[in-house]
Amino acid sequence: MTTTSHPKTPPEIGGIGHSIRRHEDARFIQGAGNYVDDIELKGMLHMAILRSPVAHAKILSIDTSEAEAMDGVVAVVTGELMAQHNLAWMPTLSGDTQAVLATDKVRFQGQEVAAVIATDSYIARDAVSMIFVDYEELPVITDPRQAMAEGAVVIRDDKEDQTDNLVYDWESGDKDLTDRAFAEADKVVSIETHYPRSHPSPLETCGAVADVDPITGQVTVYMTSQAPHAHRTVFALVTGLPEQNIRIISPDIGGGFGNKVPVYPGYVIATAASLLIGKPVKWVESRTENLISTGFARDYHMKGELALNSEGRILGLRSEIWSDQGAFFSDAQPTKFKAGLFHIVTGSYDYPAAHVIAHGAYTNKAPGGVAYRCSFRVTEASYLIERLVQNAAYEIGMDPAEFRSLNFIKPEQFPYHSPTGFVYDSGDYEAAMRKALGIAKYEELREEQKAAREEGRLIGLGLASFTEVVGAGGSDEYDILGLKMFDSAELRIHPTGKAILKLGVRSQGQGHETTFAQIVAEELGIPVGDIKVVEGDTDNTPYGLGTYASRSTPVAGAATAVISRMLREKARKIAAHLMEASPDDLEWEPGKFSVAGSPDKFVTIQDVAFAAYTNMPPDTEYGLEGVHYYDPPNMTYPFGTYVVVVEVDPETGVWNVDRMVAVDDCGVRINPMIVEGQIQGGLTEGFAAAAMQWITFDEDGNCIGSNFMDYLVPTAWETPRFELDETVTPSPHHPIGAKGVGESATVGSPAAYVNAVIDALAHLGVRNIDMPLLPDRVWSAIQDAKKG
Amino acid sequence: MQINITFNGTAQTSDVEPRQLLVDYIRGTGATGTHIGCDTTSCGACTVLVDGTPMKSCTMFAVQANGKSITTVEGLKQNGDLHQIQASFKEKHGLQCGFCTPGMMLTSAALLEENPDPSEDEIRWAISGNICRCTGYINIVKAVQHAGEQLRNS
Ligand code: FES
Ligand code: FES
Repeated sequence: MTTTSHPKTPPEIGGIGHSIRRHEDARFIQGAGNYVDDIELKGMLHMAILRSPVAHAKILSIDTSEAEAMDGVVAVVTGELMAQHNLAWMPTLSGDTQAVLATDKVRFQGQEVAAVIATDSYIARDAVSMIFVDYEELPVITDPRQAMAEGAVVIRDDKEDQTDNLVYDWESGDKDLTDRAFAEADKVVSIETHYPRSHPSPLETCGAVADVDPITGQVTVYMTSQAPHAHRTVFALVTGLPEQNIRIISPDIGGGFGNKVPVYPGYVIATAASLLIGKPVKWVESRTENLISTGFARDYHMKGELALNSEGRILGLRSEIWSDQGAFFSDAQPTKFKAGLFHIVTGSYDYPAAHVIAHGAYTNKAPGGVAYRCSFRVTEASYLIERLVQNAAYEIGMDPAEFRSLNFIKPEQFPYHSPTGFVYDSGDYEAAMRKALGIAKYEELREEQKAAREEGRLIGLGLASFTEVVGAGGSDEYDILGLKMFDSAELRIHPTGKAILKLGVRSQGQGHETTFAQIVAEELGIPVGDIKVVEGDTDNTPYGLGTYASRSTPVAGAATAVISRMLREKARKIAAHLMEASPDDLEWEPGKFSVAGSPDKFVTIQDVAFAAYTNMPPDTEYGLEGVHYYDPPNMTYPFGTYVVVVEVDPETGVWNVDRMVAVDDCGVRINPMIVEGQIQGGLTEGFAAAAMQWITFDEDGNCIGSNFMDYLVPTAWETPRFELDETVTPSPHHPIGAKGVGESATVGSPAAYVNAVIDALAHLGVRNIDMPLLPDRVWSAIQDAKKG
Repeated sequence: MQINITFNGTAQTSDVEPRQLLVDYIRGTGATGTHIGCDTTSCGACTVLVDGTPMKSCTMFAVQANGKSITTVEGLKQNGDLHQIQASFKEKHGLQCGFCTPGMMLTSAALLEENPDPSEDEIRWAISGNICRCTGYINIVKAVQHAGEQLRNS
């Protein structure tokens, strides 16, 4: 099954497998990118938001008079004003409601309370500080289990049927079967750990410029959106405006990582303000606002257990999680799956029984639960199983690599039906792991580790052999607010043989303008430089659910390949007409059709394109263009093995990554250079999670981690060096065999880093340290272990 | 207040509010390649060269630039040709979303002015005030090394 990618097209065409330098770079390296904050419209006003300083309180009064009287202030918007237009609340992507501007209470620190519209951004911020709000503080809940305790204050008392803080109870798998597996087990290994709250914090924060034309009623909103079409529909539903009059433009986006999937109050307020005032309104949040109020990720309290037999075979898995949802349930994830795709937690291993229970609870923290550079909750799942597997190996007394090998799903078992209902498309886990171990020289490292221990040095080897599930969805199971998770591509080939491809997804740095052109180049033989890719404008692209959860290549990439092939079939008919041959007698090679047996007799795709507008066979429709909506038959399952080597300083608890070897299998690689770039970025995110990135709260609900001095993101100095390699196991159901890769490394690598640190301390009996593995936590774990 | 600055090689006189940040002044001239990524002088997206030295323009007032020469990403090109650092960022895939890129390139260009053949550690240290959330820095380091090489050989 394992192959390597070799381009089938010559470099002049630049199809799949070529490391084409990116088309989009020309504007970015010259400072000519066009991000939301770069948009300047005539008469544009600026908006700033007043946010709650407290985590839970009744609003007694809001005094806006001084702010309103300031020079340059055009309007002050409160919840009361929004309520008059029925806009004080909006739906979330999970079907809950969220306050746009608070009317009754504030429910987390940083919640939107009022907004100022002014002639410049400095005045708007000045005026925000002149709004006076009286709060009556209420008890604060910052933990989901505390939220479900007897007598806990009900946070969402705005909701009629809500009598406690439970958001959902959800389960997957077979409880009885799993109980039986545990009853038969020789050993049970368990772990309890917290995947801490984190924030995607793309370098560009969120923002919008809303431009409502008072005469035509046309609403144009430029916004930082990973899903412009879905957002247009949400806007239509929230505001009641006719959808044809709403145009969402998502210009260049400075990173998304899931942060730009939800609809935020700021977008809605700016749009409402523009509607009321009749002028364009710009809102761009500060970094602090971004960190304290927009879509966080993770915050899962997880318990996991593995049932094992004496030979080290896994018999079953049990897991229970408590999800901290914050004050509003606004996970961006498929309707049917309350805990996202967390039930992929069975991982890369073959066993018949699994049972997962998930509880979500409201707390007085910011809402979110976005898929931060991963498919919905897959990072949490991958982390849990890979930590469990490593610990199980210690308990059984096997090397963690051999333990994995024993339990892996075997290549011949694909398509593999997992105990929680996934159908893994393809994989060769053993091959990827062996390759990674070979590069790392695993055996030698184990010897070095032994020798080092004798000198009192702590060296650790951590593995993670992850399986990811990406590319939602398949309309039978996957929708967001009822919108099925298909995606689309519209391809137009112009008379001169040049092409334009329009997509419903939106790149945020992934390089779609290059890679999607490469798919067309592969399928039609049109040189990659002759293909323009357009995204992010709902008036000019076909409907799609957007870019997140690594779904662009699996879904929109498939749509692109399919529409290219459909046009190739039409092209074949035109070519046959031009050569007076039968379509069945034509042979295709990238860029031309020739008559079988006489290769000198051919027409190029460019000849065909010209004929499509000038000289068509009778009974054939003119033109060479079309649109395809692709509804995936299944998701794709990228995988790989990461090996991390660390050294821990026993005196300080500081740990350093000596090596990080990453072997990824994402199926066919469209542009190897871009794939590697995605993996390098993801490995850095994984390191960040393991080492430093977290957002905590004190008991009063104050957010600790509200800026880049408290919320630590890695710089070039801390970031480890990576060694990358690949195996290639194509997806059998994807038209070009690709699986998606933007998130594999964020999903797979945190466990590898943590397993390495635990491995360094395993002989002392240490089995868990919660992320982030700050030096003081590591040091304390060493001290506690020494004390026994 | 009136300030005189040389902006990407052109002398200009402007009237600014004393509290206006240099980054807002620059962006206000329409040169929007200089970005804002934080409010704590942490990210470096706003980096420009002030008399050749990389500075975080969110942490200077426009009035402090009076009498100085400012270079932004828009001023990197020389006689219509890309600066080597720009070409190398593209060649080595040193950017993804592009938001950190202008600041990253200016810091790197200043490093290469001072040290034409920096080691990997020297590069990583020099750019450690510039955050990139996308690339993991490896290809940025490669881009700076590539630019250094090309500049030394030219
Ligand atoms: S904007 Fe972040 S350092 Fe200036
Ligand atoms: S390329 Fe996106 S922040 Fe650096």
